[in-house]
This record gives sequence, C-alpha cells and structure tokens, in this order.
Amino acid sequence: MLKNIIDVKNLSKSFDISSKEPGLKGTIKHFFRRQTKSLKVIKDISFEIKEGEIVGFLGANGAGKTTILKMLCGLIYPSEGSILVSGYFPFRRKENFLKNITLIMGQKQQLLWDLPPIESFYLNASIYDLDKFEAKKRIKKLSEMLEIDEELFIPVRKLSLGQRMKSELLAALIHEPNILFLDEPTLGLDINAQRNLRKFLQKYNEETNATICLTSHYMKDITSLCKRVICVHEGAISYDGKLDLLLKKLSPVKEILIVCRSEEDAIKLENSGFTVKNKIKNEITLKIENNAITSSLKTILNNFDIEDLFINEPPIDEVIGKVLIKKDYDI
Amino acid sequence: MIFNLINRKLFTLLKVQYSNMLEYRVEIALWAISGIIPFFMLNIWTNNNLNESINISDTLLSRYFLCAFFVRQFSVVWVVFSFEEDSLMGKVSPYLIQPLNPFFRYFAQHLAEQITRFPFALIIAFFFFIFNPETIWIPNLGILLLSIVSTFLSFLIQFLIQSIVACLCFWTEKASSIERLLFIPTLFLSGLLAPVVSFPAYVKSWIYLTPFPYLIDFPANLLSGNDINISGGLIMQILWIFILFPLFKKIWSEGTKKYTAMGS
Repeated sequence: MLKNIIDVKNLSKSFDISSKEPGLKGTIKHFFRRQTKSLKVIKDISFEIKEGEIVGFLGANGAGKTTILKMLCGLIYPSEGSILVSGYFPFRRKENFLKNITLIMGQKQQLLWDLPPIESFYLNASIYDLDKFEAKKRIKKLSEMLEIDEELFIPVRKLSLGQRMKSELLAALIHEPNILFLDEPTLGLDINAQRNLRKFLQKYNEETNATICLTSHYMKDITSLCKRVICVHEGAISYDGKLDLLLKKLSPVKEILIVCRSEEDAIKLENSGFTVKNKIKNEITLKIENNAITSSLKTILNNFDIEDLFINEPPIDEVIGKVLIKKDYDI
Repeated sequence: MIFNLINRKLFTLLKVQYSNMLEYRVEIALWAISGIIPFFMLNIWTNNNLNESINISDTLLSRYFLCAFFVRQFSVVWVVFSFEEDSLMGKVSPYLIQPLNPFFRYFAQHLAEQITRFPFALIIAFFFFIFNPETIWIPNLGILLLSIVSTFLSFLIQFLIQSIVACLCFWTEKASSIERLLFIPTLFLSGLLAPVVSFPAYVKSWIYLTPFPYLIDFPANLLSGNDINISGGLIMQILWIFILFPLFKKIWSEGTKKYTAMGS
C-alpha cells in the first residue's frame, strides 16, 4: 500500500487586508487610521496525497489553490492546522525537506536573466550539494528529456517563452526532487509547448515516482496528467476525488446530433418522447442520459430513416467550469 | 565540513554573479565614478583651509579622502533595494525554498560587484595621483592587510544593517524609506564628508559608540597611515557584527512568517 507523502489537517490561512474608501476623504481617513481586516483565504481544509500521485488543484481565480501550494512547499506560514510533507513541517524549511521538493511557478523565474541557463543549472547544483560530475550527468539527462540543447548556452533573455520554461524546469529539477509543486506551469505556452511539457511531466512521474501537485487553468493539463482532482471554492474543498467520477457526475447526459433523411422524419423524431435540445430543418439534437445511450440509439436507428449521427461529449472546460462556481460536490 | 559546503556554494555563487556583473561593466564603471564625493569634499576642505583647524596636513587629508573613496568603493551596499523589489514582486519565492538563505545571493552579488569595480577604482586612483603626486605613499604590508580586513568588516556591518532594514519589508513593504533615514547619519557620521576627528570632542565620544565611524572613517584612517587605535577600532567593528548578526537572524525568522509571496 502506498504511503501518504502529504498530510494536511484542518489547515487555514488568514491574511490581513487593508481597505480604503474611495475619494479624497477616504484617502485622508486611510492615512490617519488604516482599516485592516483579517481575511480567511483557506478555511479548515484536510486532505492526504499518496506517494507518486499526480493531483490537480482546480478553482477559480482567488479560490486559494496557489496559497495551498505555497503552504505545502513552506513558502508561507499557515495560520492554523497542520501540514506534514514527506514527514516535515514545510515552513521550518529543513535542508533535507528542501532537497526533496521543488516549486515551479509559470509566471515567475529563477534563472539569471543575462546569463545562459547552464550557469543557473551549475549554481543550483552547488546549492543542492551536487558535485560537478553528477550535475553534468543530470543536466544531460534532463536536457534530453526536455529536448533542449543549444538553448542552454544562450542568455535567458534571448530565449522564447517555451525554451525558458523548459530551462526553468531543468533548473528546478536538477536535484531530482520527490515532490513537485507546479503552479500554472503551462501559462502562456503555445499548444505544442504545452503538450511537450505535459509529456515530460508524465515521463518524470513514471521514471521517478515523484508526487506532483499541479494547478492549471488549462483543462488539458489536468485531464491528461491527473487522475485525482481537488476542487477549491472560496478557500474550502468542494470536491476531492477521481476526475472521471466528477466528469460523469457533472455531465450525466450526452448530446446526439441526428441528421434525418427528411424534415418529416425529424418532426416524427421530435415528437417521439426524447429530450430535444434543438431542431434545424432535418437536423435534430437530442440529450440522452449516459446509461441510456445504447438502447436509445437502437430505437432511433430501427424506427427512423437516419442519414448521419454524431455523439458529442460536452466540452471539458464547460463541465469543470461548473465546479468552480459551486460550493459542494457530494459524490 | 559545513563550512566547506558553504564555501563551495559561495564560491560558485561568486563566480556566477561575477559573470553576471561583467554583463553590466559600463554601469559599474559609472557607479565607480559616481563615488567620487570624497574628492569633492577634499576640494572644499583644502580650498577653505579647514584642515588647519584639526591639525592635519594637506597631504594627509588628501590621503584620507582617497582612502575614504577606496573604502566606500568596497563597502557600498544596496541590498535593501534589491531585496525589497524581489520580495514585493515575489521573485524571492524560488530562493526561499532552496537550501541556502537568499541573502547569500545578495552577498555574493555585492562581492562580485566589488571585484568588477576594482580596476575602475584603480584607474581613478591613478588619475588622482597624477594630479596630486605629493600624496603618493606606500603603506606597509601589515597596515595594508589590516585595512583590507577592516574594509571588509565595514562592508559586513553595512550589509547587516541594510539586511535588517530590508527584512522590515515583511511588515512595511517600503523598507527602503527606513534606509533613507539611516542615510543621513551614515553620510555625516561615517567620515565620508569629514573625518570624525573634526567633530567637537563631546560629539565624537558619542559618535564612536555608534557603528557609523567604523564604516569609512576608521578603515580610511588606518589605510592612510593616520595615528589611530587600530585594535580598538577592529574590536568595535567585530562587536557590531556580533550585535547585528543575531538581530538579523531573529528579524529574518520572524519576518519570513509574515511573507505572503505576493506577486507569485
């Protein structure tokens, strides 16, 4: 049985936020007497993550998923509750803990802007106590996996976003961490770069059994990498479980577009008791429950003159979008 | 062993930061030139015969201000501005989760910048000697070594003071404003504008209790060969480091609890 590598219990985080009324009066009032209030951005959440799991954190902007990631990697101090990551309380930032994790933020970089990435790699290698030979070996291996070569010797400022992101990944993984915290790693990348990055992460997970916690607004990242998702809504967990189960629950029906031979057939079909989404001339779109698809199609094909037929899956973004605005999914 | 590891990390940091600084060599040359305040002050002092009031000859005063220029070149610190920007923009986040305090990066950055400045400072000194040949002197090796140590200690004191102020940005977000408050006593009491010996006796006794005269006045006097209490000065420098370092550690550990990783 796989052991838990991340154990979070009743975790909360509050930030002090100052507010100001608009206008000159508000500004003067704000200058003399600052109004601050404590805002609870993470509310009493608990979850566990097993070794080797890839878990996607889903939520709208400001839901709190990045804050959770920042607490898991020890960047910010939790207000209440307990976190154990690989047996450590992250915020204490013990050397052995830090050597076990990495955090990659899509919009932030750690590479030295004016120097080629290779300089940052060797610097990170020495920070993580790797000798030159080991560092060279790992740079070679990771650059092959990431398919970067000449880019290693070009100043970072001259690299494309995709090349830079690959280099960021290499810099962040040179110490071969067991736990990866990825905050929107594909942000701003083109479709091919996104796909390559996903392929790399999948391969890294398979080869090293690393645990990956991922946030992303690109649903493709989540669907192709994560079997399990944790949905965060206004700082609380609204769903924690398998992604496919969530999708089934959220989209219990499929849309079937049927092209009839004649408009009369379409009218007959419209009145035959199926749920109709819309009808345009001889084309009719039906909504059929997932568990009734086979029997319904049999009936339609046997009783109506059908020219063509298409089964449409609802767009994943649309389905997941429902999670982001709902408080609780009890599945 | 731990010392060796830190050394190796610092050495690599220094190498990388030096490569980085070489990318900005013109900027650094300009920074070196911009540090010629002591020469302006020398001009004011000698043209107004102010040195007579403190019984220092023109030559010794010239040497003092040249040394003040050198000490300033190798002890200038700007960590508060870099850290404040990095902290507010969230750039410090990736460094916080590495097994090396981010301040080591800034420390290496400063050392690398000093190494880059060195040839420019020498060129300026060369021109100074061309126009003031009477000031040429060769300090003895022992004094030269002690001056280098003292200049480094001065750098450490300033680095620690600014690092403490920089950490205040975990609370105030604009820590550099506090640093500006420190700029005034640094300017007047450090010996950059006038040797501390020129202050009235009762003021001097108070000034010597602060860290400021050990930033420029003491190392500059030491290097220029003026008669000073060498061991007393060095002890005070070390004492200030012993006071400031634990304070920095405390404020750092409390401050990081307040860090919100804004901008990331």
